[in-house]
Amino acid sequence: MFEYAPAPESRAIVDIRSSYGLFIDGEFVDGEHLNKSVNPATEEVLAEVTWAGSEDVDRAVRAARKAYEKVWGPMPGRDRAKYLFRIARLIQERSRELAVLESLDNGKPIKESRDVDLPLVAAHFFYYAGWADKLPHAGFGPDPQPLGVAAQVIPWNFPLLMLAWKIAPALAAGNTVVLKPAETTPLTALLFAEICQQADLPAGVVNIVTGAGDTGRALVEHPGVDKVAFTGSTEVGRAIARSVAGTRKKLTLELGGKAANIVFDDAPIDQAVEGIVNGIFFNQGHVCCAGSRLLVQESVAEQVLESLKRRMALLRVGDPLDKNTDIGAINSADQLARIRELSDAGSAEGAERWSPPCELPERGFWFAPTIFTGVTQAHRVAREEIFGPVLSVLTFRTPAEAVEKANNTPYGLSAGIWTDKGSRILWMADRLRAGVVWANTFNKFDPTSPFGGYKESGYGREGGRHGLEGYLNV
Amino acid sequence: MTATATSARSDLSGLGRSETALRTFLHGLPGVDQVGAEQRAAQLGTRSIKTTAKAQAIDLAIRMVDLTTLEGADTPGKVRALAAKALRPDPADPSCPHVGAVCVYPAMVPHVAEVLAGSGVHLASVATAFPSGQAPLEVKLADTRAAVAAGADEIDMVINRGAFLSGRFKEVYDEIVATKEACGDAHLKVILETGELATYDNVRRASWLAMLAGGDFIKTSTGKVPVAATLPVTLVMLEAVRDFRDATGRQVGVKPAGGIKTTKDAIKYLVMVNETVGADWLDPDWFRFGASSLLNDLLMQRTKLTTGVYSGPDYFTLD
Repeated sequence: MFEYAPAPESRAIVDIRSSYGLFIDGEFVDGEHLNKSVNPATEEVLAEVTWAGSEDVDRAVRAARKAYEKVWGPMPGRDRAKYLFRIARLIQERSRELAVLESLDNGKPIKESRDVDLPLVAAHFFYYAGWADKLPHAGFGPDPQPLGVAAQVIPWNFPLLMLAWKIAPALAAGNTVVLKPAETTPLTALLFAEICQQADLPAGVVNIVTGAGDTGRALVEHPGVDKVAFTGSTEVGRAIARSVAGTRKKLTLELGGKAANIVFDDAPIDQAVEGIVNGIFFNQGHVCCAGSRLLVQESVAEQVLESLKRRMALLRVGDPLDKNTDIGAINSADQLARIRELSDAGSAEGAERWSPPCELPERGFWFAPTIFTGVTQAHRVAREEIFGPVLSVLTFRTPAEAVEKANNTPYGLSAGIWTDKGSRILWMADRLRAGVVWANTFNKFDPTSPFGGYKESGYGREGGRHGLEGYLNV
Repeated sequence: MTATATSARSDLSGLGRSETALRTFLHGLPGVDQVGAEQRAAQLGTRSIKTTAKAQAIDLAIRMVDLTTLEGADTPGKVRALAAKALRPDPADPSCPHVGAVCVYPAMVPHVAEVLAGSGVHLASVATAFPSGQAPLEVKLADTRAAVAAGADEIDMVINRGAFLSGRFKEVYDEIVATKEACGDAHLKVILETGELATYDNVRRASWLAMLAGGDFIKTSTGKVPVAATLPVTLVMLEAVRDFRDATGRQVGVKPAGGIKTTKDAIKYLVMVNETVGADWLDPDWFRFGASSLLNDLLMQRTKLTTGVYSGPDYFTLD
């Protein structure tokens, strides 16, 4: 047998400070309450990070307002573009550093942060930098205006990428931002703040306030905010929608999902199996658009499952910094507990659970890739978002049944179709109530392509020309 | 086609009797999505093979090399030198393993046979009017018999691409069966010339056709057309041998040939074998590299690993 020797990426490239303040008005300022950010793969403390209180948030919003009125709002689009291009280039130059830090803080494998996250982050800044001086051609009237100060709250699954999805279009459109990264993954956002300084971005245009739910609440409820953008759970999204109701604030929400990945009997099976694996095990399944429900046509179900199990046995779970790791650590103890609870419910409700033999490290938060077969629409594992490496397998007989099952969920973020028949792809895509429908691929992202949900997966679109709309007064 | 390992083996031997049965079967194989296959191959190419794993991979790759020379300018002296190199690739280091086989034109077989006799290094010869295959069947079979009679224990044949591409599957099948018979005890490697088959669907069908007709190995290319072995083509062929063994119980080898020049390339192929068909194929009996310049790069990397310093091409023999 061909065993791969450890191939760890060096963490020496990134310099982590022992503690971080808040990034307000172009400077790091010390706060009062410090909390620890840990490496979920080892439970080692990486740094202490300030949790901003409402006064800190207020200072950040005022700094953003001042920068909006004095500098960033009046600045011609072509000049804003120069800053964004500069940031994009700095991200590329420092991408190894950012990738290592992302893997340390989040637990995702280095090959993902290196090959997926960071290239997409830079691509988003490049893409929206290009729009900054072309807003009159974006289809929102001859002279669309920015909104003002954007409050942005992002999740822990793609810390830096979600930051890019939020900050790049906001800045391109002429807004200033106050961004709150997730409490378990604040470090790359703070390194991004250093990049803003390095790029000479005017003070106050980007403010980063770290903290947990209370900080987020103070930020979205702040009266000085014109726009709220949130990516995270549907539950928190609802609370935010309630709190901004009746105010002038414009809101976009990108929430949970329970996507159907639909495999027809004429699908290219080997590639479909890759797509299933990528759909649910990419980023440990911490993906809102993960293909967490596999709908496979009865006549090929056995064959697909067998190939899938063979493929899953090859997944390498372990040290996120090893370049050969496919599945890293679960981001936090809380999330691990939730994955365990839902998986146990799956077993208790009678679904059959299977994981490949795999040795999990003793320290840190880990969960083996898991599939449930014999799942029905009524099982919790088929309805609730698990946000972990857990796949529920259901079968269908006819295309109409596939559509019915795929749509029978409160969510509607994404869906996948696997078939060699072009006409069936179009027929299905017309009927699936999901914001993104992938055909013969999955989890494919591009800054030019709009992304967002139907139903309880949220509203508003991020990415592409459409992504500008949420940050313009239209 | 991925029948369960426990289910009864399928009897596919009757398929070759009728054009219709062959066509229905080959067109019923699951399709290959080009984007997906290329993406998977590229992903496997990013594996990082270092230190002990690299040393292990290099030695395995050396044992898998079919050291090849297929030039009009080949001389008895040149092929003898090549055969000597096959036996002891690195004269300075006796721990270096010998290669898998030497591969030459039929006329050169007797000269190589003298050198390799009793060594364990196989002697492969291309036959069947290599590389074009554009000769009457009788000539191709005579070519094969002559090579075997002169001492070749492996025959690399080319399929009739014209017949395959125009859908005359039975003609291709019958030629492979006839060549296999002409081989006698010699192993038959069937060259699909994937660069001329154009699509991965065709590669999969040709792979199955060659296996159904009795080929012991399927091989990508002659090395004589612009597109030779690629990672995605090899991936599709590996999936085919895996599925064929699941369906019939018979294991078939795979040989990418042409364009594999560096240790880095070779290791990517080994990773692909490891993660597509597994350890059963990580053996010179089941996986070979058709290559000439690859060996020297493997030797240089091997020297680097054992001595810690880079060597230069001048320290290794050309043939």
